[in-house]
This record gives sequence, C-alpha cells and structure tokens, in this order.
Amino acid sequence: MTGANFGIGRLRWNWFAAAALALLLLPLVAETNTPTLLAIWCLFALSLGLMWGYAGILSFGHAAYFGLGAYTYAIASFNIGESTAPLLLAILVPAVIAAIIGALMFYGRISDVYLGVMTLVVTLILNRFMNATAGDAYRIGNARLGGFNGIPAFPTLNLPGDTDTAIYGVPYYYVVVVALLLAYLLARGILASAFGRTLIGIRENEARMELLGYNVPAYKTAIFALSGAMAGLAGCFFANWAEIVTPGVFSLGQSAEVIIWVIVGGLGTLIGPMIGAVVLGMLKIALGYQTLVDNSLVSGAILILVVLLIPRGFVPAFTLWRRRLAQAQAQRRQTRGTRRRRVATQDAPT
Amino acid sequence: MSEPVVETQDLSVRFGGVLAVNNVTFTLRERELRCLIGPNGAGKSTFFKSVTGQLRGAQSSGRVMIRGQDITGWRTHHIVRLGVGVKTQVPSVLNGLSVQENLWLAARRTLGRDGADAAVDEVLADLDLGAIARRPVGELAHGQRQLVEIGLVLAGKPWLVLLDEPAAGTTSAETERLVAIVKRINQSATVIVVDHDMHFVRMLGGRITVFHQGAILVEGGADEVLSDARVREVYLGSRAR
Repeated sequence: MTGANFGIGRLRWNWFAAAALALLLLPLVAETNTPTLLAIWCLFALSLGLMWGYAGILSFGHAAYFGLGAYTYAIASFNIGESTAPLLLAILVPAVIAAIIGALMFYGRISDVYLGVMTLVVTLILNRFMNATAGDAYRIGNARLGGFNGIPAFPTLNLPGDTDTAIYGVPYYYVVVVALLLAYLLARGILASAFGRTLIGIRENEARMELLGYNVPAYKTAIFALSGAMAGLAGCFFANWAEIVTPGVFSLGQSAEVIIWVIVGGLGTLIGPMIGAVVLGMLKIALGYQTLVDNSLVSGAILILVVLLIPRGFVPAFTLWRRRLAQAQAQRRQTRGTRRRRVATQDAPT
Repeated sequence: MSEPVVETQDLSVRFGGVLAVNNVTFTLRERELRCLIGPNGAGKSTFFKSVTGQLRGAQSSGRVMIRGQDITGWRTHHIVRLGVGVKTQVPSVLNGLSVQENLWLAARRTLGRDGADAAVDEVLADLDLGAIARRPVGELAHGQRQLVEIGLVLAGKPWLVLLDEPAAGTTSAETERLVAIVKRINQSATVIVVDHDMHFVRMLGGRITVFHQGAILVEGGADEVLSDARVREVYLGSRAR
C-alpha cells in the first residue's frame, strides 16, 4: 500500500550503520564504563518508548520489570553459576510477570489513570518487599536477598559455557551495545509488522479496533510482556554493570526517570527515548559530582521546560523543523524559478 | 421465508433505575434492510449496542442470536468476527492515521496482509475517497469521516451491517449519496440502520421498526408505519398533526 507507513519511516540503513560503527569504535577513543551505563539506560528507555509511544500504554512503574530482570539474574547466577541461563531467565521472568499483570489489567478493562496506578503499585510493592528481606530467612537457594543492602558479588556474565572467562570492561560494552542495536531493530521490525500496525491502531482508538474484530486485550498484553522482557534485559545488564542489586532498582525515582527520558526525547519515536536517556543520563552523571543541586530537581525542571516549550519532545520537534526548512527551501526555489522564467519571457524578442 | 439472521428474545437492558430496553423480541431476515427509528431516548441505540456487545456493565436479560448462534454476553470482537460490520453513532475512526491506513487495518483482519491492499483500493474507489486517501482522518470534515467509517465497515466484507445514525450531520447531497451506498451494501449484506432522519429513512425504503420507551411500538413498511396514529403521536409529535 503506497504511502501508508503508519508514521514509521523507513529504516535508513546508512544512518544505522554509521551509528553502529561509531558505537563500536567508541572504545578506541574513550573509556567504556559510562557509555555502557548509558546504553543500558537506552535499552530501558526503548522498552517504555515502544509500549507507550506506539501502543499508548503508560506504565508508571516500569522499573518493576527492570528490577525483576536485575534480581532474577543475581539470584539465578548465584544458584546456577554459568551466566547463559540466568541471562535468559532475566528476560523470561519479567516477561511472564508482565504478561500476567498485563492480562489482569487489560482483560479486566483497566485503563487510563487506573492502569498507571496499578503499574505504580506493583513496583512500590516490590520495592517495599525487597527492602524487608534482610536476614537469613529470605534466601532463594544460595542467594540471600539481603534486604536494603541487596545482593552483592554474584557471578557476572561469562562467555557462554566458560565460567572462567568473565565478560567485563570493553567486551561487556560490546555485549550491551550489540543487544541495544538488536533491540532497536526488533522494535522497528515489530512496528513494520501487522502486529505493530495493529498496536498503532489501538493507540489511536481502542473501541474502533475492537469493532474491527481485533482482540485488543491480547495485543496489549503481548506488547506489555515484550516491553517487560526488554526492561528485564536492561535490568540484567545493569546488575552486571553495577555488580550489585539493591531495592533501589524498583524505586519510584527509577520509574519516573525513564518516563522523563521518553517525554524529553520524544514520545512516538524509537530514537527519541534513547536520546533522552543519553542526554539526561549524562547530565545526571555530571550532576552526581556536585552536592549543590539535587539531581531529581534538575530532572523535574527539565521535564517542565520541555513540556512547556517542546511538548512533543526533541526528536519530533527536530523532525518538524527539518520538514519546514525543506518546505521553505522548496518554496524559495519555486519562487526563484518563476521569477527567472518571467524575466526570460520579458527579454525574449517579440 | 429466509432464515432469521438476527434475533433477540425478551431482551431487556437496565442502567440503574432506568429500563432502556424493555423486553424486546426482534427478528431480522437475510438480505433485509431494516430501519430502527424512534425519538431520543427510545432505546434504539441501546438495543443496537446490546446486539453488538458494546454494553458491558449494564444489567441485561434475554437472549441475542446471530444466525441461530446465541451470542449473549459475547465480547464485541467475537461478535464482529462472525462477519458483522458496525458503524457507531459518533464516527469512531483512527484520527491520527490516514484514510488508507484506517481502511488497511479494517481489511487486514479479515483478508490478511496481501488481501488488505486490494480491499483498500476497492473501498477507496467505491466510496470515492481516493483524493483524501493520504490525509489524516482527524483533519477531515464530519461527512467525510462518516464515509470513512462506512469504508471501515465495508473493508471487512461483512454479511451483516449495523449502521447507527449514518446520516447524522451530513449535507443533503451527502445523504443522497449515503442512501445509494446503503442500498448497494444491501445487495450483498443484511443491513440495520438506526436513524431518526425520516427523510433518510423514507429514501432507504426498507421495513421500519419503531422504538418507544425501550419497547417496539410498531413494525412494518414505511407508509404503514408512518401513517400509524401511535407513531405520529410519539415520534412525529406536533409536526405530524
């Protein structure tokens, strides 16, 4: 169907290749610790951006799945040792829990603000619970949950099948970046598919999609689970990066931050949430070196400014500006051409 | 006589203390064009919604059957999947998407990805929507949005079409065009039209069911129904006298 792209532009492979190359060459010119963390946050932001921007589902407690991924990895790696199965479980467990919670909400016809409250409550419960797990009684196999102090010193990622070769430093950066690039391609693929187009339809008008015969709760549950899986993977990477998991991964701040990244970068785009995560993440890291201004205050102020000045976020605003510029240039060229033709007609011998 | 395709038996719908549909037993046969009329609050739209499964949470009793299958309590998407196309009272379209994107989503579910493209072109040509195919539906005039919604219904190739106030807010030229479209739909599908525009209903020329206070008051051909004294009293009121 010509011209019907559902607002999803074609993937510019040259831009993608350039970005991928830049990311892969980055370790040659910079340290990788901060870029690794930023890439993890990008993945987390992408997970919410996909679900919120294209299916219209806003989760106020997306940190729940990020945290579940982190804790699942830590607990599983303590018990299993080799990191491949824990990594897969860190994707699977958040996905299954998100699917259960999603099914309860969407088949129960919970929407709008109630959905936000439900998602928020889930992460707050997990945060409270994990904070209360100090003491020997709270252990899963070999892993002590550790309460407020969390789980430190669990085995981090290793080469699949080889527990003696740990993946850290630059190789770990590559693992995270490749996962991020693949997640981005997966998100693009989803949006280009009939499933993705249906999600966009649901975002536009849920009732009409139901009247067209689509099983709306099933689609919403599916994208909620997929987004949970992506957030879980980000949480798993975060756990490996920090080498400790604490209840802070379920915090309200963590949930609020990812919402701000998505809004500032641009809702309804895939690249926007990632740009938001990088810019605000770098700002957060920079502000972490000083004690004069509170981090949350700065994030809040930026959110207010963006909502007031560029409510659609940076990427959609930039796209609009570029389109208007191109239109203005085309108009100028047309006017110049008309003027030249007029002059030529006047100069022509009669 | 052909088999009934839509039947309700003693259907009642209550919203709190208000009995919106009162013990309605209704039958619609294959390829029939039926108009449901009645003054505001007569219960025709509530009846329409209860047949299409859109009334969740309301207290209801009785049975609804489509082609002999009891669909009472079914979810809307299950009912639609039987081959039912529904146009709602207020145009329910996907405002942020273009006309062709709207139609594609409507056609894709029934015809698959490959069949959808052809169906979109067919509906665009059929309803003469080609000129606005790429425009976002949210930017269109009310009459055009009504037409797009009818396009959404047609793209799914239904055998039963339910149209709730398709002529509301349309110009007289658009109404005439709509009559032709509904008659064309009726050549291949059974149609129910809910409307209170008498001019439109007369032009459609099908059988009429008059609702009053949630119940069926009278049923019959246009001339018979519109000359009925009770109808003139409750529906046409002082204008008829």
